[in-house]
Amino acid sequence: MLKIKNINAYYGKVHALKNVSLHLNRGEIVTLIGANGAGKTTLLNALSGIIPTESGEIALEGKGITGLSADRVVSLGLSQVPEGRQVFNPLTVEENLELGAYLRYRSGGQKGEITADIQHMFRMFPRLEERRKQAAGTLSGGEQQMLAIGRALMARPKLLLLDEPSMGLAPLVVQDIFKVIQRLREEEGTTILLVEQNARAALKVADRGYVLETGKVILEGIASELLENKDVQRAYLGRDKKEIWER
Amino acid sequence: MQIWDPTYECMPREEMEQLQLERLQATLNRVYKNVTCYRTKFKESGIVPEDVRSLADLSKLPFTTKEDLRLNYPYGMFAVPLREVVRIHSSSGTTGKPTVVGYTKHDVKVWSNLVARFMTAAGVNSDDVVQIAFGYGLFTGAFGLHYGSELIGASVIPMGAGNTEKQIMIMQDYRTTALVSTPSYAVTLAERMEKMGIDPKALSLKVGLFGGEPWSESMRREIEARLGISATDNYGLSEVIGPGVAGECPCKCGMHISEDAFIAEIIDPDTGKTLPPGSVGELVLTSLTKEAFPMVRYRTRDITSLDYGKCDCGRTTVRMKKTMGRSDDMLIIKGVNVYPSQIEDVLFAVEGCQPHYQLVVDRKGALDTLEIRIEVTENIFFDEMKLQKAFLDSVERKIDSVLGVGAVVKLVEPHSIPRAEGKANRVIDNRKI
Repeated sequence: MLKIKNINAYYGKVHALKNVSLHLNRGEIVTLIGANGAGKTTLLNALSGIIPTESGEIALEGKGITGLSADRVVSLGLSQVPEGRQVFNPLTVEENLELGAYLRYRSGGQKGEITADIQHMFRMFPRLEERRKQAAGTLSGGEQQMLAIGRALMARPKLLLLDEPSMGLAPLVVQDIFKVIQRLREEEGTTILLVEQNARAALKVADRGYVLETGKVILEGIASELLENKDVQRAYLGRDKKEIWER
Repeated sequence: MQIWDPTYECMPREEMEQLQLERLQATLNRVYKNVTCYRTKFKESGIVPEDVRSLADLSKLPFTTKEDLRLNYPYGMFAVPLREVVRIHSSSGTTGKPTVVGYTKHDVKVWSNLVARFMTAAGVNSDDVVQIAFGYGLFTGAFGLHYGSELIGASVIPMGAGNTEKQIMIMQDYRTTALVSTPSYAVTLAERMEKMGIDPKALSLKVGLFGGEPWSESMRREIEARLGISATDNYGLSEVIGPGVAGECPCKCGMHISEDAFIAEIIDPDTGKTLPPGSVGELVLTSLTKEAFPMVRYRTRDITSLDYGKCDCGRTTVRMKKTMGRSDDMLIIKGVNVYPSQIEDVLFAVEGCQPHYQLVVDRKGALDTLEIRIEVTENIFFDEMKLQKAFLDSVERKIDSVLGVGAVVKLVEPHSIPRAEGKANRVIDNRKI
């Protein structure tokens, strides 16, 4: 589905990604874990065409997408749910979803199909239907996250990139979001690349994972095995353990 | 025909190469960070992990040799703290000090799975009763096959090495279906059964998994005919993981290397140059999944060749030929690695000087024998038979304890060992393998 070889990218002068290679198979949930500044978001942005790559190859279903503009990448089937949700606050829920299908409108997509997809999103996220005429800025954090995911799905992506979907959400809401991620794969067959601070939760829903450290991949493996890896536990699960302990 | 791990064993070449590249890069990043020896060697060659952008770039990296392991004895090559190591094994060393290898919990799991692959390929399944006639202890052989069998769900009999008559009794009474041993021990078992008047074909035995020493196709035919089983070869070395690097499928046309776990290269042992596919040369292995004891370009010293052609069994992994020899002077006697230099050291320690000696290796029936001939010098001159015998006994004991394999020591006339250009021809190997 997605194949990346030797990507290098800079954030200003910082060499943020150093020779990163990874792949996703169809229908897989793969997670990227790593500390702040390890290069996780940079990698997603490089895939989406938001920031340029210095070198390396990215192929989506065998087609090279390196250096393509962000809108071309979306039209080829790759959508990103950005960190911090970034919904359009003054617009209604429904309008946010419609904007997710913007490229489909522009390339002459059938209005009926798009309306049907919005209905489908409402079935998947009933809370969004209840709030369809409400401004997105008035939604709770969890609802905004659902909306951001729904908006990305409106482009009918083959591959969905999720950047920190649990950020700033209450534990119960986080559980809901992770349930949604699992349902997306099971019901829609969407392939998902998931970046998460909450490494434990991410590794629990993912099939495989990559561990990034200062822009380099230092481990690749089955998610359940990474959960047991001592390096991963020490570096990325420690805080969770403490949280559980103090609760 | 069962395949244990079809995802990896039957992976299309292009996907496999992507996976290998990802794992190679991650391994290099980890060893560079965690193992001083690798960091130093990379720096000396002017290389950083980021320079490896393709599998072909692997050839830019320096080799790792047995000498590196010796210099970093015991734990210098470990990439994780010792508290994460759950198992330590060791193999005989060239000059006294053995090499030490470690496994994390995850490493043991991966190891078991790799062994389960080749055991399944050989025809073992959960209905089998597996008799392991390798020595348990510091050697990796018995444990590797033990874990693999358990993972498959077969019943394991951890018999250990030797005790031939008891092996046969258990084989009969416990209805063993799969035998794990060295190939030469399989012949010993067949011979003993004949002597005892037991028909091997009346036993439940159906497969044999043989490793630990090189053996020929004619020896395979002999074992298969005498024991009435399918005999398969497998390959591994403790420095890299133990058994589990490669094993034969029913086609018996080379051993499939588990390429998701190891990258195999063939090099010219003299120049160190990587040779094109199909060439005969020394096998070099790089581990891709090991945590505790990663190996980058380890020179195995085993001579073989690689075949990337399609195999009828459906596996897509590369196959290595049976090993055809060594690129150093190591001898494999009764499955134990023996270097002439080890024997030299013992003789030097006993006599305080360097004698002329010769090693004669032979195979009596199926068992290897080692004879050490020493030229008499002034230092070793006895007019009493009793003293001479005591001397020979003490040398034999020393040899046995250092090599882990028995030898017969004989004194010969001065200058009776032929010299080529002033240097004695140290080794005569009369075995026809």
